[in-house]
Amino acid sequence: MTTSSSSLPRFLTRKGVPLWRDVVALQWVAQIVSAIMVLGFLWFFISNVLQAAEARGLGLGLGFLRGAAGFPIAESVVPYDPSRTFGYALWVGFLNTLKVSVVGIVLATFLGLGAALARLSPNWLVSNIAGLYINIIRNIPLLVQLFIWYFAVFQKLPPVQEALTLPGPVYISQRGLFMVGPQPTETFGAWLLFVAVGLVLGYLLNRSLLNYQVRTGRSTYPLLIGLLALVGVPLLGWFLVGAAPMQLTTPELARFNFEGGMRLTPEFAALLVGLVVYTGAFIAEVMRAGILAVQKGQVEAAKSLGLNAFQTLRLVVLPLALRVIIPPLISQYLNLTKNSSLAIVIGYADLFFVGRTIINQAGQAVPVFLLIMAIYLALSLLTSAVLNVYNRRVQLVER
Amino acid sequence: MSIATDIVIGPPDRPGAVLWLKKNLFSSWLNTLLTILSTAVIAFVVVGLGRWILFNADWSPVVQNLRLFAVGPYPVEQMWRIWAIVYMVSFLMGVSGGRWRGSVQTFALAMALAYTVLAILPISLEYLPLASRLRLLGNVLAAGLGYLLGRRVAIKGRWLALAWALSFALTLLLLGGLRNAAVAPYLPFVESGRWGGLLLTFLLALVGIVASFPIGVLLALGRQSSLPVVKGMCIIFIETVRGVPLVTILFMTSILLPLFLPPEVRIDRVLRAMLGMTLFAAAYMAENVRGGLQSIPSGQVEAAKAMGLNGWQTMLLIVLPQALRVVIPAIVGQFIALFMDTTLAIIVGLLELLAIGRAIINSNPQWLLLDMEVYGFIALIFWVFTFSMAYASRRIETAVGLGKR
Repeated sequence: MTTSSSSLPRFLTRKGVPLWRDVVALQWVAQIVSAIMVLGFLWFFISNVLQAAEARGLGLGLGFLRGAAGFPIAESVVPYDPSRTFGYALWVGFLNTLKVSVVGIVLATFLGLGAALARLSPNWLVSNIAGLYINIIRNIPLLVQLFIWYFAVFQKLPPVQEALTLPGPVYISQRGLFMVGPQPTETFGAWLLFVAVGLVLGYLLNRSLLNYQVRTGRSTYPLLIGLLALVGVPLLGWFLVGAAPMQLTTPELARFNFEGGMRLTPEFAALLVGLVVYTGAFIAEVMRAGILAVQKGQVEAAKSLGLNAFQTLRLVVLPLALRVIIPPLISQYLNLTKNSSLAIVIGYADLFFVGRTIINQAGQAVPVFLLIMAIYLALSLLTSAVLNVYNRRVQLVER
Repeated sequence: MSIATDIVIGPPDRPGAVLWLKKNLFSSWLNTLLTILSTAVIAFVVVGLGRWILFNADWSPVVQNLRLFAVGPYPVEQMWRIWAIVYMVSFLMGVSGGRWRGSVQTFALAMALAYTVLAILPISLEYLPLASRLRLLGNVLAAGLGYLLGRRVAIKGRWLALAWALSFALTLLLLGGLRNAAVAPYLPFVESGRWGGLLLTFLLALVGIVASFPIGVLLALGRQSSLPVVKGMCIIFIETVRGVPLVTILFMTSILLPLFLPPEVRIDRVLRAMLGMTLFAAAYMAENVRGGLQSIPSGQVEAAKAMGLNGWQTMLLIVLPQALRVVIPAIVGQFIALFMDTTLAIIVGLLELLAIGRAIINSNPQWLLLDMEVYGFIALIFWVFTFSMAYASRRIETAVGLGKR
């Protein structure tokens, strides 16, 4: 070997090894070749798009986002009308996605926790009802469930004049759910300040008192005092700002529809119910696995130390279970957010739906699509980054 | 959760019905209350559901359109091709059941049972003709013959796996036919726009999982690679695809792909959807395979190196065979998820099961209000398939011996 390589020209060898047998050189070649292949594909795609865009006279920039949207959006968190820009319409869609995701995540977590506890119940019937729920829901596609909720349930509700009335009052009809809801008044902004102060104060008090208790062993009731600040400051603010910052309004049947109160459109309600019921079944399994992962000895040890049932749950079982629960829970939350894009089949104006409408109106398929995918991707990466930080803090306790 | 506080001294009671009830349903006053409440809930649901299914529901859109649900708008005069595929699968299933026994046998048995139930379904002969019923029974026979063959003749597992792979290729050939003028009279071309219903649902999921397998393995190896450029590109692909909803990927391949290709290249709609499903599945497959790769102890690689195997040999002969064995249940799970995800093809205009359901409802003014019946039926179909596949996968998990080593 050495004789043959030594006769090679110098630039074909490295440390006496011919380049085609040198691992480092081969690895570099592999990297360069694969990079060229991928870039070549990209270049091929991009040049085709540019050609197609030129042939059809389409721009590829994002300048069109400043044009007037010209289409209505059925529901919006912020004020919207068709004279606003495409970019603003996309923002409205994004907020709608955020709205259904956040509300859905909170409700699905509670449903999942409830179902997990029911599944673990010593009562045979309760446990099997929960098992039935989990096994039925997890094995039917979400889209089919959304079709059932929207087309077979919410659209088949009675018309407004014959709305079902539940105590509350809650009116249920084809036009959606109407219930008593808070309506912000002029002093709302000022009051919000008090809420923020209460939040921060409560958190800081809880932290510092807990630290003090851990350091000195003296009972300081951190949870109680923290909650007191959390509730007390906004309560104080309520009376200090003068007029009440919010007032409750009750829906009243007008000529064509209910007026006042809080309204959930049938689209939003169907999507929310579908997502919550579906994701709740998955979360239940995650929670169940987490709770089962806590060893019995831990609970017994906590009891023998004199902790009561609540303390055992809060200080021993939950921190241990959370370690197991959090990572799969993160992926369930992300799944719910991504699944909210199925709103397009029932016409809830989420990010994807608005993007689709913009494509139909302005014909800018490529940039709109890349923008939507980038937003979803950013949302996913951001959520998982935030929750991963939290997860690392929970995991740190490990020995 | 309640905790037993009374201590029983003496021999334990013999388990009996009364004791079981006492222990599981009436152990405390809270438990008793829960039992009564749950019984009320169950009674309410069962009575309501039973009354609806038997008396109030109008099942005519389901009963009158069984063929549409099964194959969509596939040409009626070419139905023999579908039956040929079904026969082939039944026979192979029987052989596999006889050869591998265990959960495969249970699965084959369940399949034969399902055929029989369908064949004697008490609906009018107008909607499920005698010929179809006889063919269904014929499939039971085919599965039975296959089973006997599998039991009596020692067939190598490898050959059987090859037969399954061939049957997949043959299925695609039979479904699509050929454009070639010589064979056109016998096997005319059926454009993919006519594929639909449960057939298309299965096809999308199968193609997705089969095609995504090699890509997924390559991506997983790339992600584990020591080459930073390759590793980076693999991570970008995997995390991007996993970070966006499947709908956006389906749209990407269905609507944007034609823009990304030269104008003379035309890929048909079903194929574009399949491409989207494949890309999506590949990213998840890569993560599954990566889990398998990480589960292989480094001692295996070191031993292979000590034996004088080079990098490729170590990977192909030592690591991958063990890693892939570990991920079989995860792949089955992914197949089930993909099977359910095929419903999204409705959004890009394919006639899969859900789209057929919607078309049926809209096809007849009398059926316009029967959403619950049609979508409920579709939900039942999905549930039966996914639940039985999940059951089989749990059995495979124990058979592969996961968690035992």
